[in-house]
Amino acid sequence: MSRHPLFMPLILIGGLVFGFGLGFSHMARPEVVLDFLTFEDFGLLFVMFGGSIIAGLAFWVVPQLRSSAPLTGRPYGRRLKSFDRNVLVGGSIFGVGWGLSGICPGAAYASLGVGNVTILWALAGMFLGAYIQGVWRSQSSRTESAVPGDD
Amino acid sequence: MIAELLGAGTLETLFPNGISRYAVGGILVGLGTVIIYLGTAITAGASTFLESTLSYVSAQQRFEQYRPSRDWRIVFTLGIVGGAAIYALTFQSGLVSSGLYATGDTGELREVGGLTVWLTDVQPWRLFVGGLLVGIGTRIGKGCTSGHGICGVGSVSKTSLIGVVTFLVVAIVTANIVAAMGITP
Repeated sequence: MSRHPLFMPLILIGGLVFGFGLGFSHMARPEVVLDFLTFEDFGLLFVMFGGSIIAGLAFWVVPQLRSSAPLTGRPYGRRLKSFDRNVLVGGSIFGVGWGLSGICPGAAYASLGVGNVTILWALAGMFLGAYIQGVWRSQSSRTESAVPGDD
Repeated sequence: MIAELLGAGTLETLFPNGISRYAVGGILVGLGTVIIYLGTAITAGASTFLESTLSYVSAQQRFEQYRPSRDWRIVFTLGIVGGAAIYALTFQSGLVSSGLYATGDTGELREVGGLTVWLTDVQPWRLFVGGLLVGIGTRIGKGCTSGHGICGVGSVSKTSLIGVVTFLVVAIVTANIVAAMGITP
């Protein structure tokens, strides 16, 4: 599959800005997230709302100006995922993990960037967790597909 | 004006580190998402990287769907690490300062050859067990704080709004229970 020569550089620049923001906001520090979750410092609300408002403006305005993206030809759209029980089950498991550790995936990558090598414990846990659910769900989807079904 | 309505000192209690550091950081996180969206129409989340990268080393069927995106997701993640490192080289190391940036007093700062690195005090077992649950939960729940929280909420997706409320409420309850048990840091 051939890609536009600017595709990877653009992804890198987007990642750099994203990661700088996570460092600057201190969201890459588990202590700050835990302070937020225990009502010591509500500042993190501004990271979430700041980020989602900027993204929301782009997702709303850009599709009205152009139909597809210059580097991929993909149509501009919003991020809409189907709702099912998994959103609640997975969200709850994620919530316990986030509340225990104070770290989420993007912030963990950024935490490594600010020099926090201790976060490798969390990254190792995340990869192991993603692997465990992958093995588990690969098996259950094989079992399901062995039974004839419509979906 | 808001401070007067709430009473003197309320804002300092709610936001002991001010809001500018958080607001600027959040806007940059949003901007990073928008840069990628403008060029590619991709709404990138951070947690898919975990599964897409596992597709390099595991033949599990579940990871196969992420093969087409696994290379750029590595570049995105390296960008996040690099962007945070640029922050560490500048603001964290004191080379650059701004009235918008509050340094804070969490964790431990250490000098390594002119660069100031930051290290967490949170215990490794909390990071590992918490990380394990984050890895399972974000992938089953179809997204994390960036996928649901930034892209999904920005898309006014009902699924993402429900996802965010779910993980936020559960995380608040969990963090308060852990704190009440006296587990610190």
